[in-house]
Amino acid sequence: MSKRDLQNTLAVFKREFLAYFNSPVFYVIVVIFLLATNGFTFFFSRLLDSDDVSLATRFFVWHPWIYTVLAPAVGMRLWSEEHRLGTIELLMTMPVSPWQAIWGKFLAASLVWLIGLALTFMIVGTVCYLGDPDSGPIISGYVASYLYAMACLAVTSAISAFTRSQVVCFIISVAFCLVIALIGDPGLTQAVVNAVPTGMEGVVRFISYFSFMDHFFEMTKGIFVLRDVLYFVSVIVVALLVTDLGLRSKRA
Amino acid sequence: MIQVKNLIKVFGTKVAVDDVSFSVEKGEVLGFLGPNGAGKSTTMRMVTGYFRPTSGSVSICGIDMLEEPEQAKQRLGYLPENAPLYSDMTVASFLGFCAELRGMHGTVRTKAIDRVLDLCSLDSVRNQSVDTLSKGYRHRTCFAQSIIHDPDVLILDEPTDGLDPNQKHEVRGMIKRMGKDKAIIFSTHILEEVEAACSRAIIIDRGKVVADGTPESLKKLVPGANSLDEVFRSITKSDTVSQKAA
Repeated sequence: MSKRDLQNTLAVFKREFLAYFNSPVFYVIVVIFLLATNGFTFFFSRLLDSDDVSLATRFFVWHPWIYTVLAPAVGMRLWSEEHRLGTIELLMTMPVSPWQAIWGKFLAASLVWLIGLALTFMIVGTVCYLGDPDSGPIISGYVASYLYAMACLAVTSAISAFTRSQVVCFIISVAFCLVIALIGDPGLTQAVVNAVPTGMEGVVRFISYFSFMDHFFEMTKGIFVLRDVLYFVSVIVVALLVTDLGLRSKRA
Repeated sequence: MIQVKNLIKVFGTKVAVDDVSFSVEKGEVLGFLGPNGAGKSTTMRMVTGYFRPTSGSVSICGIDMLEEPEQAKQRLGYLPENAPLYSDMTVASFLGFCAELRGMHGTVRTKAIDRVLDLCSLDSVRNQSVDTLSKGYRHRTCFAQSIIHDPDVLILDEPTDGLDPNQKHEVRGMIKRMGKDKAIIFSTHILEEVEAACSRAIIIDRGKVVADGTPESLKKLVPGANSLDEVFRSITKSDTVSQKAA
């Protein structure tokens, strides 16, 4: 990677990141995210009423479902907006490779998400005030949560490369994230395993292995396994490669 | 400086550009004429590296667009049709972004922005959001972007579209001035523009080059024609005529 490559990625990153702050979408999403995480943790999981203040089962457990809806809302503008405004034609005729632009945009959306996630510090503050939690599971929980969000953002980036409509991108992305979360649900997997003819269980288990969920919960339990990190990183890289493919197909 | 050889672009079953070849030298302003849907924009999009040609080659200043796209793109400026802009940016920040992508930083970047703001008379709106600009200003902002790095090759897709007569006159003057030390291609529907600003013109119809020469020599193509207008009408068929024939 040369200096010029980095500068290009950085230029796209900066523009995209500032664009989030110039639009109300960012503020709306952060507020909804904070309301949702706090609401679920305190009212549904009743964090304050229990003796056990484990964040994994009361706080992080909700994140995949929140991300399923909110990550596509953050990511839907990434490429759809470029297609709609026609600025894609400017960007792709600049001396910038698509790959640099894809990373620049993706990292901008990721940083936006990091800010949102960092603002949930009150919950950590609450558990620290109430008890004396292990820092290990909290850190690995946050890492897992952030990787999950980035994977959803990368998937949304890929879908937005194919359409000029943010609404279409949002709906398909939510559906995709929902399916990939659901196929990992142990109850659902067991039900499907029972329903399919013998010999097919392996296939079902194989498919369910691709869900984000397993990898996510392994990590929130505080078991920091390289395998799970690599899983999310490879999902992100594959999704960004699909983004590249989408942009190419639009220009073909 | 611009070499286009046997360019073909097929969309599905439709041949949009059919074996187009031409070259533009330094100091030339090439007018790109043709009816709507003739393949002008598609050709320009291939020359700028936005579309990948089905076959054929494009080279900018001797650099092959397909083999070294980044190097070739560095040497050209492009004004796309309809002058797209990022609506959430100000004029100055948009130009700054484009300058950065062109590899300009620090004072070089600031100077480049000031230069084009001045050249395109945009100084009064430099901190205004692109969203709030009138069409003429939007167009000039996008035009400013295309010349921010003082490129050797300039490709302008309908640069005078939607401008008022004064602005059209200004843009034509600018193209003519810059044409002295650059290679410029611009497309237009307005034939007087060709006579006013171009040293050469190509007429393209249904994906094929049907005429190539100076505005003067084009007039001689059709016996008895007094204006480019008549020439244009007699060598290109309008959509309705060709449909009737089919």
